[in-house]
Amino acid sequence: MPGFDLRAALRHRELLLAAAIAVLLGAIAARFPGFVAPANLFGVFNDSAILIVMALGQAAVILTRSIDLSVAANVALTGMVVALLDAHHPGLPLALLIGVALLQGLGLGAINGWFVWKVGIPPIVVTLGTLTIYRGLAFVLSGGAWINSFQFSQSFLALPRAVVLGLPVLSWIAVAVVAVMAVVFGRSPVGRAWYAVGGNPTAAVYAGIDAGRARFLAFCLSGLLSGLCGYLWVSRYAVAYVDVASGFELDVIAACVIGGVSIAGGIGTVWGTLLGALFLGIIKNALPVIAVSPFAQMAISGAVIIAAVTLNTRAERKAGRIILRPVAGLPGRADRAPARATP
Amino acid sequence: MLRLSRISKHFPGVKALDGVDLELRAGRVTALIGENGAGKSTLVKILTGIYRPDGGEILVEGQPVRFDAPEDAQAARITAIHQETVLFDELSVAENIYLGHTPRTRLGLVNWAAVQARAAALLFGLDAPIRPRTLLKNLSIAQRHLVAIARALSVDSTVVIMDEPTAALSHKEVEDLFRILARLKASGKAILFISHKFEELHRIADDYVVFRDGRTVGSGTMAEASHDNLVRLMVGRSVDQVFPKVPAPIGAPVLEVRGYSHPTEFDDISFTLRRGEILGVYGLVGAGRSELCQSLFGITRPSAGTVAVEGRPVRIRSARDAVAAGIVYVPEERGRHGAVLAMPIFENVTLGSLGTVSRRGFLKTAEEFRLARHYAERFDLRAASLSQPVGTLSGGNQQKVVIGKWLATNPKVIMLDEPTKGIDVGSKSAVHAFMSELAGQGLAVLMVSSELPEILGMADRVLVMREGRMAGLYEREGLTAETLVQAATGNTGVRH
Repeated sequence: MPGFDLRAALRHRELLLAAAIAVLLGAIAARFPGFVAPANLFGVFNDSAILIVMALGQAAVILTRSIDLSVAANVALTGMVVALLDAHHPGLPLALLIGVALLQGLGLGAINGWFVWKVGIPPIVVTLGTLTIYRGLAFVLSGGAWINSFQFSQSFLALPRAVVLGLPVLSWIAVAVVAVMAVVFGRSPVGRAWYAVGGNPTAAVYAGIDAGRARFLAFCLSGLLSGLCGYLWVSRYAVAYVDVASGFELDVIAACVIGGVSIAGGIGTVWGTLLGALFLGIIKNALPVIAVSPFAQMAISGAVIIAAVTLNTRAERKAGRIILRPVAGLPGRADRAPARATP
Repeated sequence: MLRLSRISKHFPGVKALDGVDLELRAGRVTALIGENGAGKSTLVKILTGIYRPDGGEILVEGQPVRFDAPEDAQAARITAIHQETVLFDELSVAENIYLGHTPRTRLGLVNWAAVQARAAALLFGLDAPIRPRTLLKNLSIAQRHLVAIARALSVDSTVVIMDEPTAALSHKEVEDLFRILARLKASGKAILFISHKFEELHRIADDYVVFRDGRTVGSGTMAEASHDNLVRLMVGRSVDQVFPKVPAPIGAPVLEVRGYSHPTEFDDISFTLRRGEILGVYGLVGAGRSELCQSLFGITRPSAGTVAVEGRPVRIRSARDAVAAGIVYVPEERGRHGAVLAMPIFENVTLGSLGTVSRRGFLKTAEEFRLARHYAERFDLRAASLSQPVGTLSGGNQQKVVIGKWLATNPKVIMLDEPTKGIDVGSKSAVHAFMSELAGQGLAVLMVSSELPEILGMADRVLVMREGRMAGLYEREGLTAETLVQAATGNTGVRH
């Protein structure tokens, strides 16, 4: 297949997604022009910042053919811990609290990764378990009580809102994470290992890559970013309770999927994931503005996810066919493909 | 009963079957004999409707038939019992026997009473002490074979194909199987029996057919066939391919393997591999050759034995350790084990040496391309761009990428598993020339191959494995194909 380039096709898919976002914005602007005002768009980006950060962690996990369902519970538990620390020890420096959030998030992610790596439990089962455990622990720690805005210290709440160079720190954090992840995914040995492990686990092992370790590190990253978002979430909404970010893991996974990260692993990019998160963020922000009922909103979000997955599967299937044809050198495989087409 | 005439089957670059004839008669066992790759499995797949022949005719009871799908073959009352039985672990014995042709009640529901009763009757008929309700996963391999046979009988087939049914059976289980075969024969079924074990064939088969390179090269009645004769038919081709074997100076020992054993796959393997040497490893499918390589490469753990590289004992617990010790492995199934098909060529080439193309923990794309370009030029890799996914390349070119990946790690020992399998003839000699070149540069090469000409043409010494054990270690000088086949099949005691 001279000239065909799977990466180019994927980049093409990202262009497609960008175009879809433009069309979406255009459609919204037709009914509500104010939505596309720059100030509002920056607001939407700020609103999507947490989703973007967590989706990038999740993308790393999904690249390795795994899934992390515990990210939102991680947010709830980590958010609760830093909220309790801040509320009961107002003197603690903010840097220390953020350090605690990062470390704890990392630890919770490492627990997931360890079970997947060393115990060999399927990721969906491990994280389904820890999802419940982490949220349960948040309840145990808080006794079910809420921590409200007046209980937090000023600096705790101020940081994400502080405006630097025209953008809130929250937005800058998302920008920074995107930049770092672009390097990790594209330029680091561990990023390459994720692609290899998800694309062909056996070949990765045969290449001397420790597949288990690569998966473990992906879970650690996902946990680390979720921990960071634990602080960001509680600080941004100025409230901590057990059900914080309830069900948010599904939004995170949806952002990855819309962004073209293959659930089968090995395919996906930082830019696609970013666009996926933005797409979902825009929908979530725009639907209330154009007065769609919350129930219809849920249905529309769901429909978008299925549409995106359908497109992605078709794109992958096409790529698969192209891959099968030239493997014709191997007997059998080439033979069976056309046989299936004619029943 | 069943006649094949001039059946052909082509795969791109390979003629798997080239006008073969075969006749199966009621109440007779026909042995199908041939080297690995002679076309036996392709024939079985044609007979069971998995492949469609490109040419020729299949006649059942004199009538030409077409098998477009496995169901058609089943309708023609042909069943195959495969090498590795294809059954369902989590279903019961009775369900396994009747899956696909389950007795129904008048309402169209499964008639469980009939399923259980008929399965029990079939198993009783086979003298098989297996309860129909037992889950298949709880059975031994021999018992699974019995279930497969019961399944074949449940559709009342007239033609039964057995593809190396005794490969995994113990002596006693083989005896049981032969008793059942005799009974099937007596009931008038035509049986095609594929095996490498001549002694078995002499006992059980009435007729024989020998395949070589996709052609029928001999047939007759077993009673008149001598063992030597069959071996000569199997391998009897002139080694007409020219092998670009360049004698390389053979130096100091690089890889020393002593008493190397695996719990199930191989036992007590010892050899020394020297600089510049090509050691061929020959044996039948299932002799444990690939398993030996995989273990030396750290994919599986050995149970005993030592490995030393350049005189220093090494412990290899993972592929990483093996690469660090200078041992690399180019596996047989390139797609499954060798390359990440969706990844670009250059990323595949550097996958084994990510450390060397990184600076301060970051991958240097320029460095990756430099390395990839080096090997692409060296191997004359045919690709439009190094960013092209490996999956879009031909088999031969994929092989080059995988070999390039390993050479990029600067190995001392390279193990090649069936390096030219499924590659067109042109690329084959390129791979052979390249092996000579590697050996000439002082690399120690271990080459697993089932192709006798390749082994005889390329190897300095040949290690023959049989059923996981060493069956011999031969010098290149004066080595013949017959010697190797004798050793690999274990037929040293000649029977007539």
